[in-house]
Amino acid sequence: MNVLQLPLTRRTFLQSSLTASGGLLLIPAFVRAAAVADAPPPNPLGLFLRIEPDNRVYIGSRNPEIGQGVKTSLPMIIAEELDADWTLVTVEQLPLGINFSGPTPQWKYGPQGAGGSTSIPEAWADLRQVGAQARWLMRSAAAKRWGAPPESVSTRESHAIHADGRRLAYGELIAIAATLKLPADAVPLKDPAEYRIIGRPQRVVDAGEIVTGRARYGIDVHEPGAFTAVMLRCPYFDGGIASYDDAAARAVSGVRAVVVVPGPKQGEPFTANLATGIAVVADDTWSALKGRAALKVEWTRGPFAGESSAALDRQCDELLSQTGQIVRDDGNFAAARESAARTVQARYRVPFVSHAPLEPQNAFVHVEANRARVIAPVQQPAGAQRAVNLVTGIPRPAITVEMTRVGGGFGRRLSSDYVAEAALISKATNRPIKLMWTREDDLQHDFFRPFGHHELIATLDDTRRVTGWTHRLASASKYYRRADVKPEGQWEAELYPDDFPARLVPNYRVEWHSVTSGIPRGSWRAPAHTANAFVVESFLDEVAHASGQDALALRLAMLGADREFDYEQHGGPKFNTGRLRTVLERVAAAIGWGRSVPRGRGIGLAAHFTFGGYAAHAMEVEVLPGGGIVFHRVVCAIDCGRPINPLGISAQMQGGTIDGLSTALNLEITIKDGCVQQRNFNDYPLATMAQMPKDVEVLIIDSQADPSGCGEMGIPTAAPALANAIFAACGVRLRNLPIRSQLAEARAHA
Amino acid sequence: MNTRFIVNGVERDFAGDSEMPLLWYLRDHARLTGTKFGCGSGICGACTVLVEGKAQRSCMLPVAAVAGRSVTTIEGLAGPELHPVQQAWLEEDVAQCGYCQAGQILAAVALLKRNPEPGPDDVESITNLCRCGTYVRIRRAIARAAREMRR
Ligand code: FES
Ligand code: FES
Repeated sequence: MNVLQLPLTRRTFLQSSLTASGGLLLIPAFVRAAAVADAPPPNPLGLFLRIEPDNRVYIGSRNPEIGQGVKTSLPMIIAEELDADWTLVTVEQLPLGINFSGPTPQWKYGPQGAGGSTSIPEAWADLRQVGAQARWLMRSAAAKRWGAPPESVSTRESHAIHADGRRLAYGELIAIAATLKLPADAVPLKDPAEYRIIGRPQRVVDAGEIVTGRARYGIDVHEPGAFTAVMLRCPYFDGGIASYDDAAARAVSGVRAVVVVPGPKQGEPFTANLATGIAVVADDTWSALKGRAALKVEWTRGPFAGESSAALDRQCDELLSQTGQIVRDDGNFAAARESAARTVQARYRVPFVSHAPLEPQNAFVHVEANRARVIAPVQQPAGAQRAVNLVTGIPRPAITVEMTRVGGGFGRRLSSDYVAEAALISKATNRPIKLMWTREDDLQHDFFRPFGHHELIATLDDTRRVTGWTHRLASASKYYRRADVKPEGQWEAELYPDDFPARLVPNYRVEWHSVTSGIPRGSWRAPAHTANAFVVESFLDEVAHASGQDALALRLAMLGADREFDYEQHGGPKFNTGRLRTVLERVAAAIGWGRSVPRGRGIGLAAHFTFGGYAAHAMEVEVLPGGGIVFHRVVCAIDCGRPINPLGISAQMQGGTIDGLSTALNLEITIKDGCVQQRNFNDYPLATMAQMPKDVEVLIIDSQADPSGCGEMGIPTAAPALANAIFAACGVRLRNLPIRSQLAEARAHA
Repeated sequence: MNTRFIVNGVERDFAGDSEMPLLWYLRDHARLTGTKFGCGSGICGACTVLVEGKAQRSCMLPVAAVAGRSVTTIEGLAGPELHPVQQAWLEEDVAQCGYCQAGQILAAVALLKRNPEPGPDDVESITNLCRCGTYVRIRRAIARAAREMRR
């Protein structure tokens, strides 16, 4: 199938051609106006779909499938506009498609990535037209065949239907369709009232492969002639190799080579691999692991050898005793504080956490003289291509990237450091290499969610109205060592100044302090929203309590009348207070906010706007005398615009809730002597089923608005709703994450 | 000395290192990649297989330990039709990334064999981790499979 090479012009929306097997290929092209950060400029190329004579439809899915469900939901959008029979649809994962033949690289299939909950909004913008053009073709072909006007032909479930009742399967119309010329302009889209696929629950398309063990992940790639490599990496941030002895490693049966893999220089941007290390290359994983265990290495400890979690805490305290970078300053907070009837103030701490996707990092890379092939679980295939280009010098057009199903992403695989490593090892050994990371490698060498201390101050007047609000944060920005970010822009990854309660409080101030730390940082599911929603929504509860107000009533009063504000950060361009109010009211009603609960129990809630979606949680928990937590009820609501796949949205909200709770309860990465201390799931204890709620009820708002994504909205409000419920249950306010052992201690003191 | 055992009904004869964890034998040598690697320390359960019908973490089990025994991996669970647990997994749309699910399914199969009517606490004896947080639907799927299997 050579469709990717077909030249397409900006004028052409879709081209069609016959395949060797008699199928019809549709190669739509589309124009996108929005620029995508950190990716080649998007451009009109296309995405294919294929209709076979037996009426089966093959739809390519362009974005990586990391468990967020896009391999199901994106094809649903195309199938809907095509009016396909969903049971006849087979979904294929597309490889990375970038056309380098023009002056600037152009996407072949549209943007390809998994991050920021963007797949669905981007697909809504272009993929509907793909399906619609294909349907136009089918209708026109049927009209021609019947000698009837196209208006007299309708479609349903992969059939064209004549007004007189005659029917033809799409598969029977291929030959005629291939002779038709497509209109140069967009064709009309379906009336949503006629949707038969969008908005109806559809199961994960790969489920059959998953439950039988046939689904192929990166780790399952076995290419002929490939060696397996594992690496021993320097545990010190920016450390290196002082000396090493690989004689014993080389003597291990099955070991083929031992290769030093240099990491980035101190302070250099993290564009390729993450740390210096030594790779052991062997016939299979077990031999490579045995070889690695036999390596003897002395490391240099680098410039951060004195770094520890305790020292970082002290650094934050010191920073917060000074004035930092003011990134938003509405009204006059100092004056509001002067005249306040009451001031509430609290400090919170949010730890580093690791992504820990269950499939450890891995990559297959074969570097040859002037080309390279990558098969890997990635969230940014174009980034993988750039990384290989960087470390091998092979031009990007000569580097192919195939995407497997991905065993979890959570932002970890937005970085392609492991692909760069595999490329370096392949280049050094002249062999196709499958690089395997162990769990220890993964926990020790991550781009961790940033750590920070937050100070919040609210002022209230004598009517208990919130008149002033300050959010001061000292954090280790995730923009650390990013080539494209200047120091003065580092705060932008940490604080979103248009977030609630901006514009809702007249005197509003946001301040940032940069924490110096050598630990690599990056995007962790719903990046800064997880930290900020936790502190803001916890603090709102504190303000309500301190001023004798109901926590729901205070939130509703602050949101005020329904209206829209500009929202300049990712997830904008608008933030709608009414949509946030709705999800809040829905969960409050569902949980029975305000009712009395048995002793030892409490109800908490929280709401937040994340990347274009509005979500809220309410939960009823019981705090046991020993500090254990029982979840009696957990409810969440989501407004992500028009729901594409309710089953998928539900899964994302349930999974996001559990991710949020598991992380808040258990998880922290700590640093000692310039190294990460956690090694495996014994000291980074993801929650088991027993610790988690038995059920998570999901309310999906039946919205008509353009859809947002939904992969990240379920997580930010889970932790503050839990903290608020714990406070309601036992009067203990937990301001430091993770909650873990604190609750037992706090209860003992209380 | 070769190690002999049965995987999914097929006799296997392994001449390599008998200390190799069964996980790596299955994945790298038998090319049965449905059994997943998650932690290599017996914690996550991604590598769960059935040994004589009992759920075992194959990353902790040297090949030598299964000599003469019968191993079932996810690839060997279904007969001509899916196992009722697999079917229940489809009905409840359990999977997100899907990576842990082979292990979860086999753990559930072993549980239902031991205890055909598990209550919520019995289900919680399964300690397999799911990073995507599919626990709620795993519970539902086990309950559904238990109902189906009692029929
Ligand atoms: S890989 Fe065996 S228990 Fe985790
Ligand atoms: S479905 Fe992703 S780890 Fe369980």
